[in-house]
Amino acid sequence: MPILKALHGFVASIGATVIWLCQATGSLSLFAASGLSHVFRPPYYPGEIGRQIMRIGYFSLPVVGMTALFTGGALALQIFAGGSRFNAESVVPSIVAIGMTRELGPVLGGLMVAGRVSASIAAELGTMRVTEQIDALSTLSTNPMKYLVAPRLLAATLTMPILAFIGDVIGIMGGFLVGVSRLDFNATTYIKTTWDFLEAGDVTSGLIKAAVFGFIIAMMGCYQGYHSGRGAQGVGRATTNAVVTASILILATNYVLTEALFPA
Amino acid sequence: MSQTAKIEMLGVQKRFGENRVLRGVDLSVAPSESMVIIGGSGTGKSVTLKCILGLMTPDGGEIKVDGENVAGKRGAAREALLDKFGMLFQGGALFDSLLVWQNVAFRLLQGKRKLPKDEARAIAIEKLRRVGLKEDAADLFPAELSGGMQKRVGLARAIAAEPEIIFFDEPTTGLDPIMADVINDLIREIVVEMGATAVTITHDMTSVRKIADKVAMIHEGVIQWTGPVGEIDTTDNAYVHQFVNGLAEGPIEAIR
Repeated sequence: MPILKALHGFVASIGATVIWLCQATGSLSLFAASGLSHVFRPPYYPGEIGRQIMRIGYFSLPVVGMTALFTGGALALQIFAGGSRFNAESVVPSIVAIGMTRELGPVLGGLMVAGRVSASIAAELGTMRVTEQIDALSTLSTNPMKYLVAPRLLAATLTMPILAFIGDVIGIMGGFLVGVSRLDFNATTYIKTTWDFLEAGDVTSGLIKAAVFGFIIAMMGCYQGYHSGRGAQGVGRATTNAVVTASILILATNYVLTEALFPA
Repeated sequence: MSQTAKIEMLGVQKRFGENRVLRGVDLSVAPSESMVIIGGSGTGKSVTLKCILGLMTPDGGEIKVDGENVAGKRGAAREALLDKFGMLFQGGALFDSLLVWQNVAFRLLQGKRKLPKDEARAIAIEKLRRVGLKEDAADLFPAELSGGMQKRVGLARAIAAEPEIIFFDEPTTGLDPIMADVINDLIREIVVEMGATAVTITHDMTSVRKIADKVAMIHEGVIQWTGPVGEIDTTDNAYVHQFVNGLAEGPIEAIR
């Protein structure tokens, strides 16, 4: 019965995928819980946390800044073009500010940092796994979750909101520059409109999102690197998986958080 | 009264999927003894060491260190257990983001035995000298060292906290014969000097003759033979005979 056999194979492949998905989710959840618990339990490694804050936060500033600057500028042009269809060009400053702080600042910043940081963490931890450096840490009475994972989780969760805030400011500045130089807005009016319409909730919601994205970015980098396969191919796959899964999770979580923070 | 074994393995089993790597390993290592485990690639030598260290969890059997079962140890108990061990990894496994002296002093700079930086550095430099490296090497990164120097640094790191038990994973792999001989001599000297218990895994017979008090032959996940190093050439065990003499014919199947 070839049809029955093919059907059996099809159902089996669905079953295998579901089992794999459940296993991966369980494994990731346990890893996240363990990593998080080590953030709050001593010993702490302040030197390592400081190093990660520099690597994850400070060195991501140019990428986040450039992304925000051009996004803010493009957003101003788009809103002006769209708004002009119903004589609403004056909303440019307020929509740029709300768009940057609520959505584009944290999401685009998160995606850019995911590309830079998730990949770098996965490659570093993957290489450490392959070259037995993670095993060496254990034999030196040092818990790798505490020494490698917890500082990265903490650093990314703390620095992403700061990066997003700086991104918000630079993005609004991008919109301002385009608004004043290309769209004939008065500089004082532009700044006043932005300031008047922007609410604290717009900014804080974006910062909450950014903190969650920071956790996701570090978590996916650490998880994929820690469980890297053997050899260069294994590390390469871990790096790719880290960026892809972090990006997808950021977009999915963004929707969930938006629903939670701004219910329809 | 019989002396308690420093390390004892009883029927230890470990499988990866369908691959049964350890099929009941029985091994006993006496205090201050240098045991060398020989066997072909993929026979379970590294897995044996990793099971003792708790880096892998055995599927069955029992592992005791100083008469104490090591299974399921967590937190402070596991840390106390690992404090007894030092290990030289095959590739060195040096932390490439840290300087050489920070690698050597790593254990001294962490945890409850944390020493001031200056003191830890002084100990690291003394250990580097012990393995034949000059003070200049202390402030280099591992990537700036040759393979032989990396092994020496790995050895210095393994002995820095003066452990009771030292594991050597393929200590001479990738080294030229002269450097391999230097490392073998160093291992033997240091182990005797410290009075440590040593377990070495290798398939280099020159290493075996230099380092070992006792030899264990592992094949197909089982210890096939154990005996004093002086008996490896005279034993009638077919596995040992084939391995020691490097013969293609014998009970160990050689894939051509």
